[in-house]
Amino acid sequence: MEHFFIGVGIYLCVLIFICAYRALLGPTTFDRIISVGIIGTMTIVILVLMGFIYERPDMFVDLALVYAILNFTGTLIFAKYFAKKGANK
Amino acid sequence: MNILIICLMCLGLFLFTTCTIGFLRFPDFYSRMHATGKGDTLGLVFCLLSLATYNLVHEFCWSGFIVSLKIMLIGVFWFLTGPTGTHAILRSAFDAGVMPWTKDGRSVIEWPPRRGR
Repeated sequence: MEHFFIGVGIYLCVLIFICAYRALLGPTTFDRIISVGIIGTMTIVILVLMGFIYERPDMFVDLALVYAILNFTGTLIFAKYFAKKGANK
Repeated sequence: MNILIICLMCLGLFLFTTCTIGFLRFPDFYSRMHATGKGDTLGLVFCLLSLATYNLVHEFCWSGFIVSLKIMLIGVFWFLTGPTGTHAILRSAFDAGVMPWTKDGRSVIEWPPRRGR
């Protein structure tokens, strides 16, 4: 089962690098924001998977919970800020 | 039981893959948001459901139950806040003046929107 988890983690890392394409050269600013949001969501799954691979899930689950809260807060703050500032292409 | 875990994880990975493909391929910001806002949330919930089931089966004691409960708590939290963040970004993009894509290039909404909505 551990090999399956390692394979899932590597697959998610590949998806993260594909999403980073939009974060680097997205057409608008909001594309970059949602790209960072998707990368954060996949990172939550990778953190819990790392907990099972290292056999200490109790510590990594707390890290993932805090990461989810920070990701949501960051998204809201970016949305509030760029609504006032406007999207420069 | 391993079959159930692998099936749930593969379902979550399928949703993540479709959300990434839609994020790369769709033409404008709003349709990209449509692809990512749904696939992202449900993919995370399925992946975490699979991991919680694995933890509950392989470590059947009180502390293992607490860890499974925490993993499901992340899923419930993201199921509530992910669509909220999606709506917030969508609203701010509309207020900042990002135009929807149309096939012939003509705008379907008037900009700036009238006040008093």
